[in-house]
Amino acid sequence: MEVLETLLIKNLNKTYKAENGDVHALKDVSLTIQPGEFVSIVGTSGCGKSTLLRLIVGLENDFTGEIKLGGKQIQGPDINRGMVFQEARLFPWLTAEENIAFGLVDNHISKKEKKEIVNKHIALVNLTGFAKSYPHQLSGGMQQRVSIARALVNYPNLLTLDEPFGALDALTRLQMQQEFLRIWETEKTTVLLVTHDVDEAIFLADRVVVMSSRPGTISKIIKVNASRPRDRNSCAFADIKKEIYKELFKEDNLLIDYII
Amino acid sequence: MSLINSYNPIIVIKNITKTAKNTIFNLSWLDSVYLKILVPAILLVTWESACRLGYLKPLILPSPTAIVQAFERLIKSGELFRHLGISLFRILQGYALGAFFGITLGILIGIFKRIDQGSSVVISFLRPIPIFAWIPVIILWLGIDESTKVTIIALGCFWPILLNVMAGIKHVDKKYLEVARILEKSPYQTLVKVILPSALPSIFTGLRVGIGMAWMCVVAAEVIASTSGIGFLISYSREMLQPDVMFVGVFSIGIVGLIIDRIFKLLEMHFIKWNVNTKRKR
Repeated sequence: MEVLETLLIKNLNKTYKAENGDVHALKDVSLTIQPGEFVSIVGTSGCGKSTLLRLIVGLENDFTGEIKLGGKQIQGPDINRGMVFQEARLFPWLTAEENIAFGLVDNHISKKEKKEIVNKHIALVNLTGFAKSYPHQLSGGMQQRVSIARALVNYPNLLTLDEPFGALDALTRLQMQQEFLRIWETEKTTVLLVTHDVDEAIFLADRVVVMSSRPGTISKIIKVNASRPRDRNSCAFADIKKEIYKELFKEDNLLIDYII
Repeated sequence: MSLINSYNPIIVIKNITKTAKNTIFNLSWLDSVYLKILVPAILLVTWESACRLGYLKPLILPSPTAIVQAFERLIKSGELFRHLGISLFRILQGYALGAFFGITLGILIGIFKRIDQGSSVVISFLRPIPIFAWIPVIILWLGIDESTKVTIIALGCFWPILLNVMAGIKHVDKKYLEVARILEKSPYQTLVKVILPSALPSIFTGLRVGIGMAWMCVVAAEVIASTSGIGFLISYSREMLQPDVMFVGVFSIGIVGLIIDRIFKLLEMHFIKWNVNTKRKR
């Protein structure tokens, strides 16, 4: 495995051309993510958090500012930067193991090695026994596990996730959060997770980045100091939650009910 | 005894399921088979009795039994299978040509914007012209050779295949393409592993419509310009005043068409196992 590198974002600006004028999706976003760090981004919808991810993985170009991984400006997609989407986006014509194998870049590794890597990742995401299943035979949570495995087979330096558990039911979501922590602790990669679930962000991340919308800017970065596994009912957890909600709704002057 | 008189929920549930079964919308398997057979049976009996009672002249519409007898006669003499064989061989050649060009061009047009733009006017101009309008043209060019029939079939099945392949390739979900981009797949890998499999259901639809079209075209070509094949059998028996033979020809087209369609459906289910939609239709 390669040595993890720092992700450096500096003065990032992105505008979309729309019919009724330009939309300033991101404005002067600067963020540094340390190697191996787990960072969550929360924000209301339309705050540009997904755009930020798409820029980092290279799905969209045409921005001003710097996005550097290990000191090098990023240029287009790279297997060093993996991505998991909200929908699992598995190919329905491939089985779970074939979908995971699709993630592999096929330069100079033998079939046997490939098979080993795939099997290892099937075990990593706890899907042993479902390797030969087609996506439509798997539950939503299982599909997302395959998707995570597919993003991890190349041992990416940075793994980005765009609301990966957003489409799952509440119970599966809690389960997947715990599972993902375990996976992250085994794989030790840098993680950038976009979510609209404040609980999820605090439960998982080392730092929570709060974004505000129109134009999308970082309004606050909150460090979560509690050790993992975190207790969602602890006082510290509630305090952080309160702080984030305050930040998210500061423009509305609203006191939001947050349940402790 | 008072227990029996009291409200018994189990009986109520039983009644509900019983009434549900009796509605038209909830036919049991046996009922649906029975209904499927019932309608053709009534038609056949009516037809046969109309012939026996002299309402229908055998020269206009022979009775079902006469047609069945003609069937037997033609099968025994080998005439039916000879003509069918000739027609099927023509289809095989024409269909192979039409499918080859339809799939190749469809993929090229679906992938390359420039080819798509360049060909769009030509395609929208040529496509609405019915195949029957081309038959005289093709006869003028190629004579009444075997190649004429093969060309007519190829042209006939080319269009539905081309259009379906084009649509299938163009409508590949952008989300899948993004996954391929993130995983740094080459254009070739993206085509083979993402675009083509995702277009496969469409391609199959094109192939199935195409084979139906080919079967129609061979008959048309043979009726107009041929001395063999199932279409020739039909037009020749009309000239010979053998309506029973004529109907043997007409109905065997239906039977073979049905068999071909079934084979394609089976192939589709075999090759596109992952497609949940095709499975449900079964």
